[in-house]
Amino acid sequence: MEIEFTLNGKMTYEEIADDTTLFHLLRRKGCYSVKCGCETENCGLCTVLVNGKSRLSCSFLAARANGCDVVTLEGVEKEAKLFGSYLAAEGAEQCGFCSPGLIMNVLAMEREEILDDEGIKEYLAGNLCRCSGYMGQLRAIKNYLSRGEKRDEL
Amino acid sequence: MIRFKNYVKAENLEEAFALNQKKSSVIGGGMMWLKVQSRVKMTLVDLSGLGLDGIEEKEDEFSIGAMCTLRQLETHEGLNACFNGVFKECTRSIVGVQFRNGATVGGSVFGRFGFSDIITCLLALDTYVELYKGGLVPLEEFCRMKSNRDILVRIHIKKDGRRAVYASQRMSKTDFPVIACCAAQKAGKFYVSVGARPAKAELVVLEENQDCLKEELAKRASERFTYGTNMRGSGAYRKNLAEIYIKRLLEALEQEER
Repeated sequence: MEIEFTLNGKMTYEEIADDTTLFHLLRRKGCYSVKCGCETENCGLCTVLVNGKSRLSCSFLAARANGCDVVTLEGVEKEAKLFGSYLAAEGAEQCGFCSPGLIMNVLAMEREEILDDEGIKEYLAGNLCRCSGYMGQLRAIKNYLSRGEKRDEL
Repeated sequence: MIRFKNYVKAENLEEAFALNQKKSSVIGGGMMWLKVQSRVKMTLVDLSGLGLDGIEEKEDEFSIGAMCTLRQLETHEGLNACFNGVFKECTRSIVGVQFRNGATVGGSVFGRFGFSDIITCLLALDTYVELYKGGLVPLEEFCRMKSNRDILVRIHIKKDGRRAVYASQRMSKTDFPVIACCAAQKAGKFYVSVGARPAKAELVVLEENQDCLKEELAKRASERFTYGTNMRGSGAYRKNLAEIYIKRLLEALEQEER
């Protein structure tokens, strides 16, 4: 079947087998930030934004992406770089394997304006790994979300 | 992983129903559990073009489309205001936001999964399942029915003034529940459902008895369920957990009333 969707801002046409997952399609299109870490829909590594919402591309049918707006890490280079600098500042980055999924979900979270500790932890509970320790990342995420604002605690 | 040859986005329920009569067809919900099954099908029928992805608040009920996601249940203000946040509580521990943005209410209910937090929660409320051919069926009856090739269209939850609270125990935050409990209260009655026993949720209704301690009521309620053993816990352990959680829920309902 043929599908038509926006991938990182570009109109994209693709001929796919009907049971292709969005994950496989995105890899085929060269979006190598999108990875499959667990094959059981638990790890969040394959997270991409579909119509602004974070989704597990491993269990999203490419056929359903028809007409949708799909964004991967490759499409948010600027934001990712900025967020990456906050992670690095807290020493919260190690091998980087899981970070694309985490970053995409942080960007989705930012849109939903979730700012408190518990809310952040719960929102990111579906992103496993984050090997350098969740505390460092939580600090980085909070700093990132409150950037440009006056922060009393600092 | 599931494989199939044809993807069909149904244009109406009749088409979806007709396609689904073949054993080689399957209805695709959120594609969460379906995807991880090793099955080979001819046709996957998609209901996502039928406008069944919303939550509609009416005067006497909430009407929830089969394709509504668990995340929508979690964040819907009207629904959570009416049932004091019970839908946030019963969805928040299900894997992660990305998963709940995909998993559907229809898939959760139609699957009649033992581990279902959603069915456990809905059972304690006055919930009906709307089937395309089978019409409106109380959820409790639907849970006992054998799976057939009908199509789940919507879920209806009556606004009957029931107040509900929910609790589950998990080995880790986003794991399947070891036990899932929901309790609701209305007009002198307690509606208690327990799921992940590990069998699918069931409901018991208790008369509220002022002279009876919540502890005693919880014990009685927990004794009316059967419990089994799996890798997450033994039947005896689950029974203990159920009794404790039911007691806490009944106390929470009482406190809220004050």
